[in-house]
Amino acid sequence: MLDNSDSYVTEDGRTIGGVVMEMKNITLRFGGVIAIKDISFDIREGEIRAIIGPNGAGKSSMLNVISGFYVPQEGEVLFHGKRRPPMRPYEVARQGIARTFQNIALFEGMSVLDNVMTGRLNYMKTSLFSQALWKGKAEAEETENREVVEKIIDFLEIQHIRKTPVARLPYGLKKRVELARALAAEPKLLLLDEPMAGMNVEEKEDMSRFILDVNDEFGTTIALIEHDMGVVMDLSDRVVVMDYGKKIGDGTPDEVRNNQDVIDAYLGVSHD
Amino acid sequence: MPEQLVFAMEVTLNGLMAGVLYALVALGFVLIYKASGIFNYAQGVLALFAAMTLVGIMQGQVPFSHLINAVFGGHITHFGWNVPGAVAIALTVAVMVLLAWLVQVLVMKHLVGQEPIILFMATIGLAYFLEGVADLMWGSEIKTLDVGLPQGINLWIDETTFNIFGYGFFIDNLDIVATVIAALLVAGLVAFSQYTKQGRAMRAVADDHQAALSVGISLNFIWVLVWSVAGFVALVAGIVWGTKSGVQFSLSLIALKALPVLMLGGFTSIPGAIVGGLIIGVGEKLFEFAVGPLVGGATENWFAYVLALLFLVFRPQGLFGEKIIERV
Repeated sequence: MLDNSDSYVTEDGRTIGGVVMEMKNITLRFGGVIAIKDISFDIREGEIRAIIGPNGAGKSSMLNVISGFYVPQEGEVLFHGKRRPPMRPYEVARQGIARTFQNIALFEGMSVLDNVMTGRLNYMKTSLFSQALWKGKAEAEETENREVVEKIIDFLEIQHIRKTPVARLPYGLKKRVELARALAAEPKLLLLDEPMAGMNVEEKEDMSRFILDVNDEFGTTIALIEHDMGVVMDLSDRVVVMDYGKKIGDGTPDEVRNNQDVIDAYLGVSHD
Repeated sequence: MPEQLVFAMEVTLNGLMAGVLYALVALGFVLIYKASGIFNYAQGVLALFAAMTLVGIMQGQVPFSHLINAVFGGHITHFGWNVPGAVAIALTVAVMVLLAWLVQVLVMKHLVGQEPIILFMATIGLAYFLEGVADLMWGSEIKTLDVGLPQGINLWIDETTFNIFGYGFFIDNLDIVATVIAALLVAGLVAFSQYTKQGRAMRAVADDHQAALSVGISLNFIWVLVWSVAGFVALVAGIVWGTKSGVQFSLSLIALKALPVLMLGGFTSIPGAIVGGLIIGVGEKLFEFAVGPLVGGATENWFAYVLALLFLVFRPQGLFGEKIIERV
């Protein structure tokens, strides 16, 4: 159940609802290395939530915990107020949590359209036998899903490369296709792992615009990891700051910007 | 028309048909390799197992009867009924699906993320294990398989060619049927992988595991599916080869003939398996026809492997395989 009792409206008129996802005292270890140490935070419906921090702070690990790729040793994950048992990544995906990857994980051999269509796999219910025996039903389903996909392709301005095999695309466009595939699942929560990593300024601006538009147009809840402080501050409603696996700040961009621990972590502090 | 040319035509036709049979076996390899990166050494044994199961079910044999008799001292061997071909094939398909599931759950699931060589070794183990199980289950005597596929010389082709060339071609009906079956099988596989939800998921898994997980595809399910499909292809190959030369343990050796086909066609390409099979089939028959008499014959035994060796040297990825690019 989503508790919307404390929802509010942002300055630019978007409604931020109740807590969709809550991380409670998450600790993740790899052998003796502690990647995440006792971190709690929440993600509200309709917001853009950023997780930032220096290299090796544990941001990607956190995203992997949310998307089920890692299972934390301690702590609880609550999705829509309900405790989530340890799940496989594909089960998490079926719950409505879509993601992108830092190093781009696309189906390189398939066309852009086919890639985005895979995002709809969980909406295709027709069984194998009825697909073989009853062409009409499968076709109707295909058309229905195709419409959603075409809308997203239009939205992200990748119509001109619809039929191109992904392997031939430049980096920036691949990132956009990956975003399209995640969106095709109409996720309740969209996780973006460094959506702007390795991009030039222009590509970064494009991507920022798309993220804002997605959030605005579809009301998608987004949690993103980013390196670039400037970008994050413009984009997000609330920010979690991590350093060495610990949470050192949490709040609006302004609050975080003025947090002494955060400044120290980013700029370094002299130990004298 | 010169006599030699007419002979060569007949040889080519026969070669094409033999090639189809090689391609049938190679297909099973390609399917599993593409989807899971496993070179399945057990594919030939899978064909043997499928053919033996089919014969066993058709003849109403009691599975594991030797074992049961040895332990309980009985003398049961047969249920005393015969199962019609179509029903037996359906039952065998079910057995192959069950086998696929067992392979995934008991073996492959525990080896996810291991080196390819380890997965390969696992399939070698699987091959020997399965051969043993097949022996224990259905006995080791040679059996004839007859599911109603026509056999023997095709008289129509014989007469027609005789009227045209003055020499009648010998084309086996079984080879013609096998070609039709193979064509249908490939068309079916292509339709499955292109137009169904499961086919799309299968291609996705073949391409990128992580990405497949992130869109909600269960790798386990897809791998069971892939092994099932490979089991089905093995059954088809087993039926055709078993009808041709009887169901016996040497059937599993047809896998060896598939190796050069894969080298030629590439391990990742379904069209490659077909074209590779045809080239090898025609190549070895024509070579035997043209060069065989000069060197004392029996070139069919080695021609395919030498051709594969040449390909390994000059085009290691095969005709249709993905280019091997190592980024430094």
